[in-house]
Amino acid sequence: MALRKQIPAISRRTFLAGTAGTTLVMGLGAVLPGCSREDAASDLAAAGASKQFAPTVWFVVDGTGGVLINIAKAEMGQHVGTALARIVADELGADWSKVTVKHVDTDPKWGYMVTGGSWSVFTSFAMLSQAGAAGRTVLIEEGARMLGVEASACKAHGGKIYAGEKSVSFADIVAKNDISRTFTDEELGAMPIKPANERRLIGKQTAALDVPAKTNGEAVYGFDTELPDMVYAHPLIPPTRYGSTLNSIDDTAAKDIPGYVRTLALNDPSGILQGWAVVIAENYPAAMRAAKAVEVDWAAGPTASVSEADILAEGAKLAADPTSGVKVVDDGDVVVARKSAAKVHTATYRTSTVLHFTLEPQNALVEYVDGVFHIHSGNQWQSLILPFLAAALEVPESNIVIHQYYLGGGFGRRLFGDQMIPAALAARELGRPVKLIFQRAEDSRFDCVRSPSVAKFDASFDSKGQLTGIEHAAAAGWPTLAMAPGFLAPGVDGNGKFDTFSISGADHWYTLPNHRVRAINNDLAQRTFLPGWLRSVGPGWIGWGVESFMDEVAAMTGEDPVAFRLARLDAAGKNAGTAPNSVGGASRLAAALKDVTKRSGWGKELPAGEGMGVAVSQGQERNMPTWTACVAHVAVDAATKAVTVKKIWQTIDCGTVVHPDGAMAQAEGATLWGLSLALHEGTVFQNGEVKDQNLNTYQPLRMADVPELDIKFMESSEFPTGLGEPPLIAVPPAIGNAIFAATGTRVRDLPIRL
Amino acid sequence: MIEFELNGQTVTSESPPDTPLLWVIRDELKLKGTKYACGIAMCGACTVHLDGTPLRSCVTPVSAAENRAVTTIEGLKTAQGKALQSAWVEEQVPQCGYCQSGQIMQAANLLAKNPNPSDADIDKAMNGNVCRCMAYVRIKKAIKSAANGGGA
Repeated sequence: MALRKQIPAISRRTFLAGTAGTTLVMGLGAVLPGCSREDAASDLAAAGASKQFAPTVWFVVDGTGGVLINIAKAEMGQHVGTALARIVADELGADWSKVTVKHVDTDPKWGYMVTGGSWSVFTSFAMLSQAGAAGRTVLIEEGARMLGVEASACKAHGGKIYAGEKSVSFADIVAKNDISRTFTDEELGAMPIKPANERRLIGKQTAALDVPAKTNGEAVYGFDTELPDMVYAHPLIPPTRYGSTLNSIDDTAAKDIPGYVRTLALNDPSGILQGWAVVIAENYPAAMRAAKAVEVDWAAGPTASVSEADILAEGAKLAADPTSGVKVVDDGDVVVARKSAAKVHTATYRTSTVLHFTLEPQNALVEYVDGVFHIHSGNQWQSLILPFLAAALEVPESNIVIHQYYLGGGFGRRLFGDQMIPAALAARELGRPVKLIFQRAEDSRFDCVRSPSVAKFDASFDSKGQLTGIEHAAAAGWPTLAMAPGFLAPGVDGNGKFDTFSISGADHWYTLPNHRVRAINNDLAQRTFLPGWLRSVGPGWIGWGVESFMDEVAAMTGEDPVAFRLARLDAAGKNAGTAPNSVGGASRLAAALKDVTKRSGWGKELPAGEGMGVAVSQGQERNMPTWTACVAHVAVDAATKAVTVKKIWQTIDCGTVVHPDGAMAQAEGATLWGLSLALHEGTVFQNGEVKDQNLNTYQPLRMADVPELDIKFMESSEFPTGLGEPPLIAVPPAIGNAIFAATGTRVRDLPIRL
Repeated sequence: MIEFELNGQTVTSESPPDTPLLWVIRDELKLKGTKYACGIAMCGACTVHLDGTPLRSCVTPVSAAENRAVTTIEGLKTAQGKALQSAWVEEQVPQCGYCQSGQIMQAANLLAKNPNPSDADIDKAMNGNVCRCMAYVRIKKAIKSAANGGGA
């Protein structure tokens, strides 16, 4: 994936272990330019930190045997700290009951900080395994010496080094030795990583470290932070995301509100905030009252009248133009296939706008001290927002520190930290810490929503009725173009650039003789709002079209939807898979599909008005396939057309499962997100803004809507792939296909309305 | 000045009487376990007990608490409450966790009134509480487990 390729490569990768006071500090990372390994090691040992060394993983064993593992990923419900720490701890041989984690603040030493794309375990696994193994090697060397045996005679587990009957604890090793050890990149590459059958933590059940504090009110979210002498800020958001200008502010009516301080118009040199103001008050209730009382006159930007229908019409127009977009897949020749076709079938699939609706609204607390902005706010992609903050505040990135907290929901919303900018601008202007809180409606209006999308499919059939090719043109607003254009990827023919995140899933693992995919940016969407990455991102809407259309084509050829898919999941050619990420290729997706159809009783007789539908997905991207197959069983009321989902089965193959219960929790949540996006939630643009801004009209799934779930993970020791998002993708098309099976009606719009 | 009992302690608020109880609890009295999310009583993240009855503190004026007893997640000491908190850990319910104080406060009242709720009873009692991570399967499981004496 383009993004990962552009994350700066770790140069001069080194493992350092050094005694610091009563602790042993260990880290794997890069010795910074101009520094030597030796200097970096002594600096690390002396300070417990280092300006000469940039660790991507850094952990500390203390004199009691406790192991603190620093985590540079955001904890937003995926129990990422637990999963990542268990990879290190397993290799290290640590006593899990003595392991704690810390979610770190931004610092250049951590390198590129992003938590998204379902990447955390996938991108960290090899590095964390090597770091843990290197740490174990150091502890074994010291332990062997203390025990008077050869290192090769020792094993590490449960926080001790064992040589036969004899053992010495990590605590003793750390307390009684002055350790200084480095490993080069070459030595790290040769570290003895445990075979799967010797693992004691990975793949074994455990309780997540973040859970207890989330049952008694102790967990601290960004929203909960306070500083002495802080004031509260409430946003006054202009009528359009772009191009609005603020003519005047009249706060006469607010002046009588106790606690009201003033209203600030904000000038943001980064251009992210256009026509913004914030109400300042000594407490938040006063800020809310004052925000209602302050009158602002704006000249609205050019998209003030844009509607959802306008955006979808623009998408449809673009998709219908065969010259539009960037070629992402171009196998065989779809033009020839179409010209020689006995029949062509066209269908258009659409999805409407979706809100992130993180339950914790956007917020940021900013203190400006001695030229440094300290920003307290839960965030998923610190390395993305830092340059924007630097531009907005006109200071170097080194003058900005983002302090991390638990995230009260991420789902991609907190990949962008744009809410930090108004808080920081206000804090500098006022000379006091500012806590900016979005009320819910403002949070929805300022959301980087999932773009409405339009996907047009053309299938060609030969004279025998066999499918000969598919052209797929998909138009939407592109988050990556708006926020991280450096990560756009070139088309397969070298022409143009596209947002991989907005088309992923169209490059699926079915073998088709002729297949073309065009990714199209919907320019009207792009001008009207800030498109965002929302849980499952592109595959969340691309999969809706691909898997519904596959069903449609199967029905046209008269084939069973499962048999039709299996025939094309032949793992031939480019779909054979490659080591280590996609070993087995499409055959693993076929295996998941066979498993889920067997478990669900696919093909069994059902009462009238009921049906089962199937769909598959292959994770967030071709290079990180999480093989998922889904069957949904629905009932449709003949009179009211009400759709009830009776049961959803999923079979998931994500390779090695590091934290099985956490993985199941992610799969359950993602499956229900898929159901929610299929039947329950969605909004529309109206007059340039989202129409549904709170739960009175925006209606995500609630408990009474939850069907029976039957989710299974395939046993696997293959390389771990991502999990937070992929189990969402196949759910909406499985439901749509089940509705077709139940009623004969093909649904092509999300959310589904019969 | 409004006086009320908060988790067994007598407290006073200097806020105007129409100030939502939520902000008094969080910002004036510094108990941060009760959360703001929708602000219109439709998600349940702000649920506290007033004389044992669950209510949405985001739309309840502090004046309504005058001379009454407010309980928040930090002060939940009932047998049902403790059983639920244990069950929440046992079943590994929370994901992001932001809604969970409200979920537990709502569930504690359900079990206080109905020690052995059916699935339908649970759905009815809990449908006003949104979990954006959609950990609903486990919330329900934990309530049943706590009701059956598990988790205690």
